Amino acid sequence: MDVILFLVFAVVAVVCAINVVVQTHPISSAVSLIGVMGSLAVLYLLLGAEFIAAAQVIVYAGAIMVLFVFVIMLLNAGAEAKEGRSLMVRFLGLPALVMLLGLLAYFVQRLFPRGDSVHFGGFTGGSPRDIGMALFTTYLLPFEATSILILIAIVGAIVLARKEMD
Amino acid sequence: MDSFLVISLVKVAIVFAVLLTTLAYLQWVERKVLAHIQVRPGPYRVGPHGLLQPVADVIKLLTKEDLTPPFVNQPLYLLAPFLAMTMALLSICVIPFGPVITVGGVRTAMQLTDLNIGVLFVLAVTSMGVYGVVFAGWASNNKYALLGGLRSSAQMISYELPLSLAIASPLLVSNTLSLSELVGKQAGGIWNWNVFHGPFPQVFAFVIFLIAAFAETNRVPFDLPEAENELVAGFHVEYSSMKFASFFMSEYANMITVSCMATLLFLGGWVAPWPAEYGSRFVPAAIFVAAGLVALYHGLNPRRRRDKYSLPVVAAVFFVMAGAFLLPMTQEWLLPLFWFAAKTGGILFLFMWVRGTLPRFRYDQLMGFTWKWLFPAAMLNLLVTGFLVAWWS
Repeated sequence: MDVILFLVFAVVAVVCAINVVVQTHPISSAVSLIGVMGSLAVLYLLLGAEFIAAAQVIVYAGAIMVLFVFVIMLLNAGAEAKEGRSLMVRFLGLPALVMLLGLLAYFVQRLFPRGDSVHFGGFTGGSPRDIGMALFTTYLLPFEATSILILIAIVGAIVLARKEMD
Repeated sequence: MDSFLVISLVKVAIVFAVLLTTLAYLQWVERKVLAHIQVRPGPYRVGPHGLLQPVADVIKLLTKEDLTPPFVNQPLYLLAPFLAMTMALLSICVIPFGPVITVGGVRTAMQLTDLNIGVLFVLAVTSMGVYGVVFAGWASNNKYALLGGLRSSAQMISYELPLSLAIASPLLVSNTLSLSELVGKQAGGIWNWNVFHGPFPQVFAFVIFLIAAFAETNRVPFDLPEAENELVAGFHVEYSSMKFASFFMSEYANMITVSCMATLLFLGGWVAPWPAEYGSRFVPAAIFVAAGLVALYHGLNPRRRRDKYSLPVVAAVFFVMAGAFLLPMTQEWLLPLFWFAAKTGGILFLFMWVRGTLPRFRYDQLMGFTWKWLFPAAMLNLLVTGFLVAWWS
């Protein structure tokens, strides 16, 4: 059952991810991206990390992607025109892609040589309590640093937007 | 395993049937409440007191011509009502209606599934429900629909923040994310409910939650996505027949979900206002007897010729209900259900009352209100609650 669900949602995630790039209309790409986020959440759930799955749906699929779609709708962006591909893309594109995928597969093999390192429901640190403890004890400094980084980004965005308004 | 499957299927069937009937009749109740606020009788022609009006409406919507305009974006246009409906109905599966009970020798919880992240699940599903409205607005390829969709997405993102913060503070007090445990922590009486209990009573969080819930469900006074005098009908202007009905039903289903959440988070869920040994188990029976007597009195009044048969029948139904509440074998699961339904129904009535009373906000007021008042207030409430909870323990 777990394997079947994993295969279904892994395939959905990959197909949606490819679709994000292939689609010419921004809204269709955004919909595919929501599909990727949703299937990733199901994969987290299969591993036993229910809090991360819920956070994935609430934050990424529910909040960030709504903003993306909102901006696309507000600008009323139309479909992109497909231009002729440059010579380099036409000849080097496919080999480069194959090489990148090969490298990724090689590194995954090297880093996680045993197949039993990940299995369904095997992740026990997924409860809200565990995540809270990890965030506020072990990883307190990175957590606070990230929040300040986000604050800086927000202030920067406002400064940039105000400069344009004046 | 097999018995688990059978029990789950039976429970799903019961909850689904009850939910859909409630959805249909909630609309009748709303029309009646609005009508009485405006001093008119409301639906009256189809069946006694218009009681068969929902059936007539469903038949009308099912048999209407289902047309798809030629200029729409087909896949998203079809996906939108489906998405809105599914997400609205999905969140009911983690709502507990009562404690663990024994019916005919089978022990089961009055809840479809008890997730240990129940609150987060409801938040996640409702945040996905926004896409139904947004995609409907965009795919319709109509400027009114697009404006409605834009307004809706901006409004829902903005009000989700105070909503989540208002949910977080009772969770701090109760120290759990599971909805059934949340109710267990509030057991005992009205003084243990999260609105009144704890180091810091969550009255402010309750009010903020209710205001944000009105905005999240696109209800008056925040119904700008479908403001009919400026946007015709907003995001669902190009939809007809069952596709329109699914948007309509999803709005009511969201209302029910939000009311259930308010009941569970703040009002103690299925817990009676005071313990059973002080007589709270006789309250439902007394209410039904009183309602039956009122119906009987009006039915026997010779001046109300139209209600000569209908009201005595209603009275008889009420008396049977009162009897059921006094039987020990049905009492176990009827009493929690009664208190849950009473609290949820009270909040639903508030939704209708506000719709009959308040005018619509202006758009800049709507945005200014949440960012300048509601969000800081929710933040402050969460801070104070957090400090007091930490200080208390």
